[in-house]
Amino acid sequence: MIAWTIYITFAGAVVLLVLPRGFAHWIALVTAIAGFAISLATFFCDDIDLTHFTTVVRVPWVPALGMNYHLALDGISLTLVLVTGIAAVSAVLFSWDVDQRQNEFFFWLLLVVGGSYGVFLSADLFLLFLFYELVIVPKYFLIAIFGSTNKEYGAMKLTLYSFFGGALVFLGIIAIYVSGGSLDVNQLAQFQFTPQLQSWAFPVLFLGFAVLAGIWPLHTWAPTGHVAAPTAGSMLLAGIVMKLGAYAALRVAMNLFPQGFQMWRTWIAVLAVVGIVYAAAVALRQRDLKFVIGYSSVSHMGFVLLGFATANVFGVSGSVLQMFSHGVIGALLFAVAGRMIYRRTHTRELDALSGMNLSRALPFAAFAFVIASAASMGIPGFSGFAAEITILIGAWKSYPLAVWITGIGMVLVAAFTLRALKRSFFDVDLATASAAPPEMEPITIPEKLGAGLLMFATLAVGLYPKFLLDRIQPAVEAMRFLK
Amino acid sequence: MSYLELLKLAAPETIVVVTALAVLTIGLTTTRARGLCPIVAALGIATAIATPLVLPLHANLFGGMLVISPLNSLFKIICLVLALVTVPLASSEKSLRNPGEYIAVLLLGAVGLMLLVGSEELLMIFIGLELLGLSLYVMAAFDKSDVRSAEAGLKYFLFGSTASAFTLFGISFVYGMSGTTALAAIGLKLAAGPVQPLLAVGIVMTLIGFAFKIAAAPFHLWAPDAYQGAPIPSAAFIASGSKVASFVVLGKIVLVGFAPARGSADWHAMLAGWSPVLAVLAALSILLGNFVALAQTNVRRLLAYSAVAHGGYTLLGIIAGGRDGFSATLFYTSIYAVTLVGAFAIIGVVRRESGGDDLQNFSGLVARSPFLAGSMSIFLLSLAGLPPLAGFFGKFYLFSAAFRAGGNHGLLWLVAVALFGSFVSLYYYLIVLKVIFVGKKPETITSGYASDLFSRITVTVLAAAVLFLGIMPQTLAARIFASLP
Repeated sequence: MIAWTIYITFAGAVVLLVLPRGFAHWIALVTAIAGFAISLATFFCDDIDLTHFTTVVRVPWVPALGMNYHLALDGISLTLVLVTGIAAVSAVLFSWDVDQRQNEFFFWLLLVVGGSYGVFLSADLFLLFLFYELVIVPKYFLIAIFGSTNKEYGAMKLTLYSFFGGALVFLGIIAIYVSGGSLDVNQLAQFQFTPQLQSWAFPVLFLGFAVLAGIWPLHTWAPTGHVAAPTAGSMLLAGIVMKLGAYAALRVAMNLFPQGFQMWRTWIAVLAVVGIVYAAAVALRQRDLKFVIGYSSVSHMGFVLLGFATANVFGVSGSVLQMFSHGVIGALLFAVAGRMIYRRTHTRELDALSGMNLSRALPFAAFAFVIASAASMGIPGFSGFAAEITILIGAWKSYPLAVWITGIGMVLVAAFTLRALKRSFFDVDLATASAAPPEMEPITIPEKLGAGLLMFATLAVGLYPKFLLDRIQPAVEAMRFLK
Repeated sequence: MSYLELLKLAAPETIVVVTALAVLTIGLTTTRARGLCPIVAALGIATAIATPLVLPLHANLFGGMLVISPLNSLFKIICLVLALVTVPLASSEKSLRNPGEYIAVLLLGAVGLMLLVGSEELLMIFIGLELLGLSLYVMAAFDKSDVRSAEAGLKYFLFGSTASAFTLFGISFVYGMSGTTALAAIGLKLAAGPVQPLLAVGIVMTLIGFAFKIAAAPFHLWAPDAYQGAPIPSAAFIASGSKVASFVVLGKIVLVGFAPARGSADWHAMLAGWSPVLAVLAALSILLGNFVALAQTNVRRLLAYSAVAHGGYTLLGIIAGGRDGFSATLFYTSIYAVTLVGAFAIIGVVRRESGGDDLQNFSGLVARSPFLAGSMSIFLLSLAGLPPLAGFFGKFYLFSAAFRAGGNHGLLWLVAVALFGSFVSLYYYLIVLKVIFVGKKPETITSGYASDLFSRITVTVLAAAVLFLGIMPQTLAARIFASLP
């Protein structure tokens, strides 16, 4: 059943192409909700084996080269499918009133969503790579046509970075295919690759995927891309696309090359910690609210990579939880900054926003932003806390030093988040405080619904993380790179 | 061997020649040639496409001069299909003054293609090359009102005839060393001893001739001018049919005829032979083609430089060798040809409507014709190797074959160069797409594009084929693989 998330999404995209304009947002919404509903239903379905990467569909595709159309599911991929569904629904809600070329907008958007479902469910390397690359071009058009600040530059940079990562991945996958003689992830997971191959193929493959996860120093596409993208675009970028890289790095690079992973994992930890601290420090100096959030995404994705590098159950499960958590929080932050604020004030400059008394003009936006910031800072009770504490417990076992340095990073995260929060909403000027708040278009119902969904998700997971962890942990334990 | 038997086995060629004569007559006698000639030509080619299906599967005449094998028949069909889709381009190109003559020359070129792929004997291959070449020179220079067309024709002719001289020179050496001109016999003869210096000269000369034909750097200099200046259908035919046939023949010559002189292109373990020569040509083509394409502002010139790079990728399969490598090369060159004809068909429409084929002529194409914009993005993204289009599978097939060949992944360096090149290439394809999708519609053009029915159908069919071969690649790949001995 879970395979239908892919089919429905692509079918919706095709329908959008042939249908006259006018219904576009309804079709997109129905499609996104259908995908979300399917993933939710699967989530609550008890009789599915989520411990192993269990085949859902397997059809010969190019038999001569051993390619199969092969989809599979375990707890990790299900978690990510779920966050894709959530981000997709809220992204559609937050782009309810796209004014120009509506059909085209939702067409590209659904292609990104459908491709992401595909990556999370693929159990054939060629298929996974196909979906992975399929996401690149829709992102380009989404940003270059519908974006804002410096959109053509941001779109091109993001696309070239993704494609550069893709070229590395291409090489790694060919190496796996030729040496392992198969493209089936489950079969390859049993195969012993020579240490010599693993020693060079692992970093190539991992780095290729990690480009999309925003690994330092190849993260620079992320802030510019996020800022240039339309709101829905940044929501999908932060919510889903960055997870594609991290997920594939786990599923392919680490899962298939355990020895290569052991050789290189200290380096991954170093890059991850540098990324966490560096991105948080840079975020502290940004004037544009979207840049602040863009760098915070890089910082949060650093936690995911740190969790991977720990190579123990806690760290890696925490990483998967962090992917879910950041998918929700990042989407919410971008929704508030890009849609609720920017559409009404036409600025994202913190200096300009600070005089506007926004907390009284847009109380709902302020509320949503407070929730998102709290979750982003890792306040207990929100998903960010649950994920980051799990990662740090894991990291304590492998790299105690990293935990100390990351602690500095977390202070910086709190600092820039509070700064952004204060400057954008609560910087009340005494002279104007008594005056009536500026007249602004009230927050619309689709915006409230979208934000509500995201806030609910971060709270639910924050209060009861076991809900996801129970499904993630067994699947992580089944992987063989663990010590 | 009676003449009747010969004519029967050479039925596809005969049918196309007869069609060419018929088209020529129609063009000379009636005034409605513009409407009639393409239809007659299309019918003739369609008949010729059907004939290989009823001919015997295997036949060998005159020591390899005319060989019928599954591989040859398949590629005769592919070449004819490429000629068939070029015909509607010619019919909608109003600047060609004598459509009858033009289409007749196109059909003669198609006969050249068939002789090339249908022969396994050097002299016959040379005759095929010349027939094809002469037709293409005429086609390139056909637009007498355009000085660029004349330039294209002259340049192509000068370079092409030099290349033919090289090939003939090389063939004479090979004949001198082996005493035969049949490929299989040459292979057996050469296997006996070590590679003589004179033979090496012959092999290199022959390869240079083909390097001109497939526009591999540094023998690519004619390509940009020919692609840019020649009438659209001629450029499409030069880029598609001629390229496919050249790769088929090149593959056969080196993998069958020169098999013993293979050498090795492995990193750190290079051995003299044809494979290091081709490897150097491939690496040069990939790097030079992609980097120079970055600087182009004319879409046809850009496609010409990208064609140089694609020639380089395609060579990878031949260097890898074996059934796997050769079939990857053949698959890639076939889908490349289909893609390029489609791209040229769109350029033709844009050129007619906006008066040029520079990047700015494509500005805001999506607002004028979403159909053309969508199809162009399919073609360009397939060239860039993005899924779910044919180029993606083609590259995977090609690069994995190259990676597998050689001891201890010796061709890794070439695969890395090719991947780097295809990374660079995405930039210039995206620039074209950016202009199409993001650029502003020029003020001077008010209405949408009224592309005529013929071009529209051609573009639809080709775009559908590129998409279909990306999703279901085995329909063609398995056929090619099975047809290889």
